[in-house]
Amino acid sequence: MKLGVLALQGGIVEHVHMLRRAAERLGVSAEVIEVRKPSHVEGLRALVIPGGESTAMYRLGKRTGVAEPLREAILEGLPTLGTCAGAALLAKEVEDRQSGRKYEPLLAVADFKVVRNYFGRQRESFEAELEVKGIGKFRGVFIRAPVIVPRSDSVAVLSEYKGEPVMVKQGNVIATAFHPELTSNTKIHEMLIEMAR
Amino acid sequence: MMLSQRDRLVEVGFDAIVTFFYKLAEAADKLKEEGLWTYLPDPSETLREVATGTLRVKLGFPVYQKGGVIMDVTNTEQAGIAEDAGAVAVMVLDKLPYDIRKAGGVARMADVNVIKEVMNSISLPVMAKVRIGHFVEAKVLEALGVDMIDESEVLTPADEKHHINKWQFKVPFVNGARNLGEALRRISEGASMIRTKGEAGTGNVAEAVRHMKTVMRELKELTAMPEEDRVLKAREMGVSYELVELAVRLRRLPVVNFAAGGIATPADAALMMWLGADGVFVGSGIFKSEDPRQRAEAIVLATSLWSEPEAVLEAQSMISERKSMMGIDIRTLKPEELLQVRGE
Repeated sequence: MKLGVLALQGGIVEHVHMLRRAAERLGVSAEVIEVRKPSHVEGLRALVIPGGESTAMYRLGKRTGVAEPLREAILEGLPTLGTCAGAALLAKEVEDRQSGRKYEPLLAVADFKVVRNYFGRQRESFEAELEVKGIGKFRGVFIRAPVIVPRSDSVAVLSEYKGEPVMVKQGNVIATAFHPELTSNTKIHEMLIEMAR
Repeated sequence: MMLSQRDRLVEVGFDAIVTFFYKLAEAADKLKEEGLWTYLPDPSETLREVATGTLRVKLGFPVYQKGGVIMDVTNTEQAGIAEDAGAVAVMVLDKLPYDIRKAGGVARMADVNVIKEVMNSISLPVMAKVRIGHFVEAKVLEALGVDMIDESEVLTPADEKHHINKWQFKVPFVNGARNLGEALRRISEGASMIRTKGEAGTGNVAEAVRHMKTVMRELKELTAMPEEDRVLKAREMGVSYELVELAVRLRRLPVVNFAAGGIATPADAALMMWLGADGVFVGSGIFKSEDPRQRAEAIVLATSLWSEPEAVLEAQSMISERKSMMGIDIRTLKPEELLQVRGE
């Protein structure tokens, strides 16, 4: 099974590591590739969009032309996990909490709004015990993290922190405000691979 | 070449690195209780329900800068240009390194009001520099809320002998290094990220190349050595043997490692990535050129897509060599004018 990590910028190798380990745990034989050109999208069974700076990834996604085929593949049902800035790339609506400035979405495939830097700056970055539906306890690592607010009933909230949605799922798309790849817990990556099986 | 083919982090994983430091700290816990050792993280932070400024959060922050370009800026206008071009963060300075060289005198932390203005004007992380060993400048920046502190040789050192004990901060630090020993010493002091020193403000990439190659070569040499020689080497470098073993196991620095000092063109940036950098800092190279907008965007493109020659070609064709900063040949600098020798 061919799994991809969007490799424009950000925490790429961390996700490659987690996908390999998750596949091993599930007994799935998987090849993990880095996706940075339109030709890399073909044959993918699941995709991770890592965290990074969403403005940087937006520019690179447009310039490389990788955004268009990815958008089509996700709309056709490609199981996709977006973490932090990755969630912002999937969202139909993106804004910054402090300035209120709106950002053009890159892929615009999911009915949620991502509010960037919701929990503050790096000084306020934190880790916290979360409860994730279908998984249980999960150590959430939040780095200048956003919240992910559903815009329709078809978006299920899988986890909340202090009443704010930090993990959601809509059909084939999962989005987290936190970074599972900074822990040793592969459950969320396993969830993604299960969707591809 | 794919990142995952050359980066051992793919096999080892981020968590193993965080766990390593906590284990080391637990072993030293007794000493810490007696106040004999503060140079390590606090393992109890992993047990707290909610915790800010943990090691995981500090080492995690630079992970999301990887493959990106951090740009030196001196005002909100330049910060806006950097954000539009796709920078992953900005570094606020009072003067660009090239101008620091020309001005002479004592170079200090930037004006906190300017840093604040920049923080309010863009959504990117904002970094700022403090003088080597200047604990209070760093506490000021932490109170201000900057996202990362660069304890930098570009400013005039405040302490000729010591660096800041960075374990005592919730905000992560980046430090410069010319070789593996310097890099590991800074990590021992709590740095969450390393960059080459290069020779800032020259527009000459040669020193950054030398420093990146030295770190890589020394890592290879360590890997090939018998264990007892590594013990000796750890002692020579003045770092714990455990940290040396971690670097050997990873075959890379255990924290994010950027290139800095003299990067002026997209090809320079791609060269540093090819040599093993996780990303680049560009100082005078952008705003001392005559085409900062195009150049900033071109360097972002070349840094991310360094492994695709046609993308680097495209990036290089976005700029004109006639508009590059003039640059300074390092051989014409007097020994006392070199910034890289500050703070070993």
